[in-house]
Amino acid sequence: METVKLKGGSPVYDKVFKIASAIAATYILAIIVLIVFQLSSGSYLIWAHEGISFLTGSDWNAVEGSESYGAAPYITGTFVTAGLAMIIGVPISIGIAMFLSELAPKFLRSALSFVIELLAAVPSVIYGLWGMFVFRDYLRDWIETPLNNAFGNNVWFFSGTPFGLDIFTASVVLAIMIIPTIASISREIMIAVPNSQREAAYMLGATKWEVFKMAVIPYSKSGLVGASILGLGRAVGETMAVTMLIGNATGPQAFPTSLFGPGQTMSSIIANEFAEASQGSLHMAALIGVGLILFIVAIAINIVAQLLVSRVIKAHQGAVLA
Amino acid sequence: MKKMFLAIAFMLLLIVPSTILYASAQSSQSYTITGAGSTFIFPLMDTWRVQYNNLHPNIKLNYQSIGSGAGIKLLTQKTVDFGASDAPLAPSEQAAAPGTVTIADSIGGITISYNLPGIDKGMKLTGPVIAQIFMGKITMWNDPAITNLNPGMNLPAQKILIAHRADGSGTTYAFTDYLSNVSPDWKATVGQGKTVPWPVGTGAQGNAGVAGIVKSTTYAVGYVELAYAYQNNMTYAFVQNADGNVFVEPTIASVAADAAAGGTSLPAPDGDWSKVSIVNEPGSNSYPISTLTYIMVYKDLSQISGETQDKTQEVKNFLNWIIHDGQQYASPLLYVPLPDAIVKANEKAISEIQFGGSAVPEFGPVTALVLAAAIVSIIAFSAKTGLRIAPKI
Repeated sequence: METVKLKGGSPVYDKVFKIASAIAATYILAIIVLIVFQLSSGSYLIWAHEGISFLTGSDWNAVEGSESYGAAPYITGTFVTAGLAMIIGVPISIGIAMFLSELAPKFLRSALSFVIELLAAVPSVIYGLWGMFVFRDYLRDWIETPLNNAFGNNVWFFSGTPFGLDIFTASVVLAIMIIPTIASISREIMIAVPNSQREAAYMLGATKWEVFKMAVIPYSKSGLVGASILGLGRAVGETMAVTMLIGNATGPQAFPTSLFGPGQTMSSIIANEFAEASQGSLHMAALIGVGLILFIVAIAINIVAQLLVSRVIKAHQGAVLA
Repeated sequence: MKKMFLAIAFMLLLIVPSTILYASAQSSQSYTITGAGSTFIFPLMDTWRVQYNNLHPNIKLNYQSIGSGAGIKLLTQKTVDFGASDAPLAPSEQAAAPGTVTIADSIGGITISYNLPGIDKGMKLTGPVIAQIFMGKITMWNDPAITNLNPGMNLPAQKILIAHRADGSGTTYAFTDYLSNVSPDWKATVGQGKTVPWPVGTGAQGNAGVAGIVKSTTYAVGYVELAYAYQNNMTYAFVQNADGNVFVEPTIASVAADAAAGGTSLPAPDGDWSKVSIVNEPGSNSYPISTLTYIMVYKDLSQISGETQDKTQEVKNFLNWIIHDGQQYASPLLYVPLPDAIVKANEKAISEIQFGGSAVPEFGPVTALVLAAAIVSIIAFSAKTGLRIAPKI
């Protein structure tokens, strides 16, 4: 073995290093504190004016003299679109990851993985433009209108007038946007499952599906949850594509009552109205207030994700020990 | 020691004249006029930037089209020479930026554009009918209220799909100004603003977004700025004028006629412009849905950091140019040139801009020479008498 000889070592360097890294770590904390401070002080006016009804109300009136704000439709809109995107996106992503890690022939694996990572790097405005000018027409003519004609009068979430710029289109494009993220991480996780596990299962005479069920899934469960949460994070915070596709209704009519009606999310209303809101007005405070809610929601999602992942890991360790 | 001081004095003798040369070069050097705000005016402003720079190579314009609200914010923070906005300063904004003058720099018209297969431009609409459509009270294209105005036009029995702006916008401000003006019902339930609580419809980003929705969706209707409607070959309605006798086509001429009628009663340059409106002005050829766009400047430009007497003059020259010679570039870009009454009001506003407050003496060549002479004599004196600034080595 080679030995390394340290030259000119001094406790001072150690101290400097310690302080430098402590400063670097504090920076993250400082940023978070600053964000919270800025969002709270910026939105103070709206909490003083609306109180708790800012969370539950649905009015959104920026006309001077009759101002009144409620963020409930946008909070709901955010959860509905992100939830729909997850329902559509997660199964497809896991399917892609499964195919790439277990079933795909070798020459396809690297090529497809590369393409998926490429898709994950496409800027959201591109997805938004494509959704607006290309995808929307297909969705409207081939899916929304037939569904609306068939069920529109009986099933509430197919009612409304299919316009193409609505909650459904936004959710589908969101799903398309989060699929590459979830799929590429899930693939990495599944590849990391030790081959001995697979071989053991095969030895017991398991089919491919059974191998996947018995060997791969239990091993990669926590990672898959984590990957999905990353996707959810992107779906909740996504701004540009959603703003272009969701139809941007405001006030009570922004409540997602139908898949084919226009809606609004927290990030899209900020993107829409921030630039023209006048400085120091209640309108500006309301938009910053929505930002604060969005920030809290993002933190909550991360905490829930941490809890979920740690629980899965614990259960998994328990299984291994038993 | 003595030698050292002499050397320093000699060096200063060399440095000072070069500083003077530099300073005097500065005084005749180029200026950058900064502005920020309205995206609506940007194409015209950008043309002005290029044309004015051709005439005055030492003047550069740096205009950031970041939205009217953000432009007013920068004006309030005193980081730009002028702010540009599609809506006049609201009373609260006036309080935040006291002592500004308002200059109208251009005029825009707003069309009611629709997409109905087989129907060309020229559907006749009145103000109250437009208000009812955008309130969701008229929901079908073949509603009697519309068909009665358009006998002989084969209007389909289809739902009206409404597109409006989702972002805060001067276009919305002007459109809701018009609707509030012609429909008490609209004024009571929706009101006027850059962002209003739309009772129905789908929101899109920018004039281009609304134009895009209307173009790509049959049975859709939206309000689109004149230039966008023309460039996208849209079909638009003729709107009844204030006199109630003619349905006027939106054109540069008809919008200009409306603005000329409305521009005769503008407030004082530093007065309250928040109520200014040129919608629905009299005249048989006045297209009623039109709006002024504005530039706001502090009367006393010395509040802006980096401002000088000379630069203030250059800002005034530039503003004077855009309201006179600059207007020739408006029509080709489908903006409406300013009528004389408004130009007159603007001239008065620009004349009120000055570099006020306590006059700061400039660091001119003479001052520099005096200063240099003083420094050199002090050094020479201290060298001679043995006074030391630095401790003796």
